[in-house]
Amino acid sequence: MSDAVFSVLMAMIGGAIRVSTPFLFVALGETLTEKSGRINLGLEGNLVLGAMVAYATSYSTGNPWLGVLAAGAAGMVLSAGHGWICKLPKVNDIAVGIAFMNLGTGLAFFFGKPFIQPTAPRLDAVALGNWSATPQVRQALLVNPLFFVGLALAVILWWMLKSTRWGLTIRMTGDSAASARAMGVSVDRVRLLTTASGGFLAGIGGAFLSLYYPGSWNESLSSGQGLMAVALVIFARWNPLRCVWAALLFGATGALGPALQSIGISQGYYFFNAAPYILTLVIMIISARSEAASRAAPSELSIVK
Amino acid sequence: MTATQAPSLRTFHMSKAFGQLQALDDISLDVAAGSFHALLGENGAGKSTLVKCIMGFYQADAGQVMFNGHEAKVRSPRDAHALGIGMVYQHFTLVPCLTAAENLVIARADTPMVINWKTERKRLDAFMETMPFQVRLDALVSTLSAGEKQKLEILKLLYLNQRFLILDEPTSVLTPSEADEVLGVLRDMAHRNDVTVLMISHKFREVKTFCDSFTVLRRGKCAGTGDARTASIAELSHMMIGDAGLRPPATRTAAPKSAPALHLNNLSARDVEGRHVVSNVTLTVPAGQIVGIAGVSGNGQSALIEVLSGQRALESGHITVGDAAFSPTRRNFDRFKVFGLPEEPLRNAVVPRMTVAENIAFRSFDKSPLANRLGILSPARIRKRGAELINKFNVHTSSPDAPIETLSGGNVQRAVLARELSGAVDVLIVANPCFGLDFASVADIRGKIMESRNKGAAVLLVSEDLDEIFELADQIAVMSEGQITYLAATADTDTMQVGQHIAGHGK
Repeated sequence: MSDAVFSVLMAMIGGAIRVSTPFLFVALGETLTEKSGRINLGLEGNLVLGAMVAYATSYSTGNPWLGVLAAGAAGMVLSAGHGWICKLPKVNDIAVGIAFMNLGTGLAFFFGKPFIQPTAPRLDAVALGNWSATPQVRQALLVNPLFFVGLALAVILWWMLKSTRWGLTIRMTGDSAASARAMGVSVDRVRLLTTASGGFLAGIGGAFLSLYYPGSWNESLSSGQGLMAVALVIFARWNPLRCVWAALLFGATGALGPALQSIGISQGYYFFNAAPYILTLVIMIISARSEAASRAAPSELSIVK
Repeated sequence: MTATQAPSLRTFHMSKAFGQLQALDDISLDVAAGSFHALLGENGAGKSTLVKCIMGFYQADAGQVMFNGHEAKVRSPRDAHALGIGMVYQHFTLVPCLTAAENLVIARADTPMVINWKTERKRLDAFMETMPFQVRLDALVSTLSAGEKQKLEILKLLYLNQRFLILDEPTSVLTPSEADEVLGVLRDMAHRNDVTVLMISHKFREVKTFCDSFTVLRRGKCAGTGDARTASIAELSHMMIGDAGLRPPATRTAAPKSAPALHLNNLSARDVEGRHVVSNVTLTVPAGQIVGIAGVSGNGQSALIEVLSGQRALESGHITVGDAAFSPTRRNFDRFKVFGLPEEPLRNAVVPRMTVAENIAFRSFDKSPLANRLGILSPARIRKRGAELINKFNVHTSSPDAPIETLSGGNVQRAVLARELSGAVDVLIVANPCFGLDFASVADIRGKIMESRNKGAAVLLVSEDLDEIFELADQIAVMSEGQITYLAATADTDTMQVGQHIAGHGK
């Protein structure tokens, strides 16, 4: 019995690290964008488009890391479109975000058809568990380098928002566009840049999906991670470091179903697979009541106003 | 580049027109170096236009600005800042989610790419030591009080080495003692020749106490200038409002005691974040009296009014009118003859895009004679009734069909008065009724409130303007942090005592 519990726990830790990476990238990108006072709901589109572009690039060049870069670039272009359209007067960023979500997935499905069959070179994992004789531990500690890149990015973003001119300018723009304008900051340009950079990160999150886990390109690759990441940002109260914990939590719940299945519990498999979505709902309800969340929210966000 | 000593500023023959309206007509202003100069005038007299021309927000049609004896071409606020001219606006320009220190550092033109907070803090602490007042540098601006924010705005200008300070009604958000502290410090700095201050104001007491010289604008023209210490208040007000003269204060007569009183018993309410904004407020407003609630905004007065008008849920406690329990519903407002003049009428009392006549009909549109027995409304009768009341209450509007948002502030308030005070009134709930209105409207509206009292209504008045409270109220209460901390008959108290309780120093 304790063996089974151990297996489930190890599988969940490994799963948390594996599943959390795309959450982490999308959430960091969304945090950056929302800190400047704009919401980009289209990151689900970036994720899917990034996955397709990464897979296609890796397949054609044989270098998965080029695929990662290409995915980021595709995400950046897509989000720059979002940022540019939102500069126009009286445009609602949420509506544009939903349109871009559909545009991104649509583009990915359209151009991605030829890449569903072939196998592209995938990203290699770093084996951190060789010290252990237990196969479960070894399996759990096969960690993709992108996970560490995400951790480093979280720290860098956190530091940037606190201790650089860009960081303060972004926070100022997100909290009081009027003061930013009074100081000669171009609010639209700041938001365009943060939206595009956020899109870059989300695109990389997509590359992780197709090049590592699950590790192939098909049209049902993403199951709404891009949308859940937006909820995750609220849960993390717009703090990049908290995004890491939140992403790990989402990752762990996402790994619950497969972990239970691995020890032979397949009853309620679909229910356990739905855990991340239930968690999203619960988080939304809790954070709607939370004072701290409402205080940490950038006050220029259209949902806050 | 920037002056370290107080600069002087003069404008010569400044004119500026907006379409048909001549906002500034040949204004010459002379602010000597190291002086504290007051710019007086009614709303719409051109004060804001003048300082916005100086700051470079607007370009004057004619005239020139001399700064420190040289002609200055100011094309944008950035040019003004480079010269060392800074302005504190009525609405704060600080960023709420940044700390005081972050706000100061980001305001600089040369903020480094990577901010080394250790050395910046050392520099900021050194700067603060030379300053006459302090603000907590690590506090988030959103947690600072209005007085602290005002001080931080001024500190920001000094930190940026701007030595010509323009202040737009800086004390409107401060308690009397906070106002005296800030203005006293500014006067001392000016007299030490550190800064020159130009302050827009309409408070004669502050101008007389702290300023050296003054200029009065009236309808875009210069109506007078002189020494603030020797000019009398009568002279100043004559320059401001012209030959119309000072309005007589509203007259108080003995009121019949027939109407029921308004009782508030232990009222409590919370804000969206769950904090108590009104806690255990108990107050009785007798018939034929005005009870005034004084206090700095943000101490729960608005929340109390929202509770009474049904805009905010009551957490505990109960309201009675006479002996009957009262809950704020439309039916009860009608039954108990409870009426209200909320603050910011365009937000709280009218639907901006509906017509004046429709807005006036809000309380009666579904009753006879404006609707028939089946409840079908009659737009013609609504319009006719509106036109009658527009006439009676002297609302200046192009037509009863004009959207009410096109009216001036005074006329919006008169239209609300027309709706609320055209019938019998037992209870009247009023909040900041004269905020931002010109002299004529103020006299009108205070007169109407007094008239209701004289007819026997119980009037609850919330106001941030102490003069208004002292002019109108029979009893004065002070609200601080959601509680009533003081209550006295107007005859038994004075501004000093009330002011101390407003500042939270009362016993």
